Amino acid sequence: MCALPSTSPDLSCRIAGVRLRSPLVLASGIWGTSPSLLVRAARSGAGAVTAKTCTPEPRRGHRNPSAVDWGHGLLNAMGLPNPGAEEEVSLLRTAAKALAPLGVPLIASISADTVKDFGAAAALVAQAEPSLIEVNISCPNVQAEHGEMFASSARSAAAVTAAVKASTSIPCIVKLSPNVPDIAAIARAVVAEGADAITAINTMPGMLVDAESGMPVLANRSGGISGAALKPIALRCVHEIAAAVSVPIIGTGGVLTGTDAVEMISAGAACVGVGTAIVGRGAEAFSFILEELTVWLRERGYASLDQIRGRTQRPCSPSVTNRPPIPGTHVS
Amino acid sequence: MSGAPREAACQHVAARIVEKTQENARTVMLALDAALECIPGQFAMLWLPGVDEKPFSIAGADPLSFAISRVGPFSERVHALEPGDRIWIRGPFGAGFSAAPGRALLVGGGYGAAPLAFLARALLACGGKVDAALGARGVGDLLFVKRFRDLGAAVHVATEDGSAGMRGRVTDVVRPLLRAGGIDRLHACGPEAMLDALASLCTETGTPAELSYEAYMRCGVGICGSCEHNERLVCRDGPVFTIPTGHASGS
Ligand SMILES: Cc1cc2nc3c(=O)[nH]c(=O)nc-3n(C[C@H](O)[C@H](O)[C@H](O)COP(=O)(O)OP(=O)(O)OC[C@H]3O[C@@H](n4cnc5c(N)ncnc54)[C@H](O)[C@@H]3O)c2cc1C
Ligand SMILES: Cc1cc2nc3c(=O)[nH]c(=O)nc-3n(C[C@H](O)[C@H](O)[C@H](O)COP(=O)(O)O)c2cc1C
Ligand code: FES
Repeated sequence: MCALPSTSPDLSCRIAGVRLRSPLVLASGIWGTSPSLLVRAARSGAGAVTAKTCTPEPRRGHRNPSAVDWGHGLLNAMGLPNPGAEEEVSLLRTAAKALAPLGVPLIASISADTVKDFGAAAALVAQAEPSLIEVNISCPNVQAEHGEMFASSARSAAAVTAAVKASTSIPCIVKLSPNVPDIAAIARAVVAEGADAITAINTMPGMLVDAESGMPVLANRSGGISGAALKPIALRCVHEIAAAVSVPIIGTGGVLTGTDAVEMISAGAACVGVGTAIVGRGAEAFSFILEELTVWLRERGYASLDQIRGRTQRPCSPSVTNRPPIPGTHVS
Repeated sequence: MSGAPREAACQHVAARIVEKTQENARTVMLALDAALECIPGQFAMLWLPGVDEKPFSIAGADPLSFAISRVGPFSERVHALEPGDRIWIRGPFGAGFSAAPGRALLVGGGYGAAPLAFLARALLACGGKVDAALGARGVGDLLFVKRFRDLGAAVHVATEDGSAGMRGRVTDVVRPLLRAGGIDRLHACGPEAMLDALASLCTETGTPAELSYEAYMRCGVGICGSCEHNERLVCRDGPVFTIPTGHASGS
């Protein structure tokens, strides 16, 4: 038996030079860009908060049903409702001011229909001086000009990254989609254009059908799967990206508990995005997950997240892992 | 609010309309053949596939009922439904009213009375006394006057055009009742301006109150943020909020 360290493990981490006192990041689109709700997430234990994605022009979003809890997570097609980048700047300013005393950095999020507009949106939200800008090239509920997400190909993902990097000196995070054959190739392409970090992943496209009416449940017909069902998909993506690039990853998708967070960091994430957990656990989800993570680390004698990060990257030989333990030895 | 990471799914259930009652010029009461474990003040999302999905207060649990006022495209379509037709529901959502003995004043503005007859039955069942103050623009918008009378509640009515009861706003009948004393709690549902006026009256008279707010809802499950009102989520923290603390009611 090893004695438990008396001090709490160090839960701080870094994304592109920005320090987070907790590894939990409010995922984009959760609670919109309401400054008071972003503050609520920060008070509950989020180490950074991401605003709802904004687009150059305001968007009303899709009709209802737009989000449904189907038992293994959510399916949503909100349709990126947002007040437009110009109005967003004033919301971001208010939010950044309210978050500063809490020591919680603000991440702005942008999307657009063209590469050029991504650059313009980045320049606009940069006026509010968020700590980081997340570039959402992976929303499954809107289609870009050419009918597919920018996250679908290495070339278009790289072009957006380059346009954003040319428009602002604020570090940028590119948010990737799981719905691609080789996510590591996309990650390499955006890092080559200067992406400072990667968020993986956005939701996975899906559809629910109401048996009685024979109709799709969502008004938009299809939507994005988040929550529990997304976790194994997200873990694989994070593992593959971590093996391919060295920028920090915000591992996002199906993190509902402290153990889920441990798994995500073990797969190589620098920190962990949290969204759908709020449906089941309420606004206090962050404090619950943080507490569970702390207890998990402390009970196993880990002093910091660095000690568990990227453990899935270790070479694993089945002949070694299947060998029965030798009696009397302690495997550390 | 629960610390459990996963709660039961909340998917749509197809229900059949068993009874349709005209309550006033623009409101029908629909009784459905489905059941929801719920308390007064909670709401459900009603869905017509291919049309839309909107939030409505649960107006009764046995049978499950909703009072729907015709105000726009969705409620128009619901009004066109007849007994035997189907409507889809999911819920219940939100924090409802709390029931306690004592003398309660229930204040409804327009279709805001929808959850209050359900609440009145719950209050009377646990030994409480009920006064109801109902307000509307005119007699055609007054809801549930007869239902409250049939329950044995003392009913006070105000209309802005004077077509029924006292001429004026519902707060004009509530003010003297609160100032006279003897009301232990106030429960209200209706337009925001009415609720804000009631909040000041209750603060002034030291009357504990539970106020049910409306907001524009998308997800209904507390994740999208579109229903925020005064830093709280109406779909999840509310729709019932307590005064003076502003916290969700203890349901
Ligand atoms: C918790 C809750 C409980 C409710 N309970 C009931 C009930 O028991 N009975 C009942 O009849 N109604 C109830 N409502 C209101 C009902 O959901 C709405 O009236 C619904 O929008 C009707 O849909 P519609 O398509 O018929 O009308 P809509 O086209 O949605 O219009 C309805 C009215 O709302 C206004 N409106 C629409 N969108 C917005 C917006 N984004 N912001 C501000 N105003 C807007 C419109 O101008 C119009 O006056 C409740 C609402 C909530 C949030
Ligand atoms: C209701 C809802 C709205 C979302 N809106 C956005 C958005 O505006 N921009 C974005 O990049 N991701 C958006 N997402 C995706 C989340 O940020 C996150 O990547 C995804 O939900 C997976 O994490 P989770 O399982 O913890 O929810 C949204 C997700 C949900 C459930
Ligand atoms: S309706 Fe989405 S948070 Fe309340």
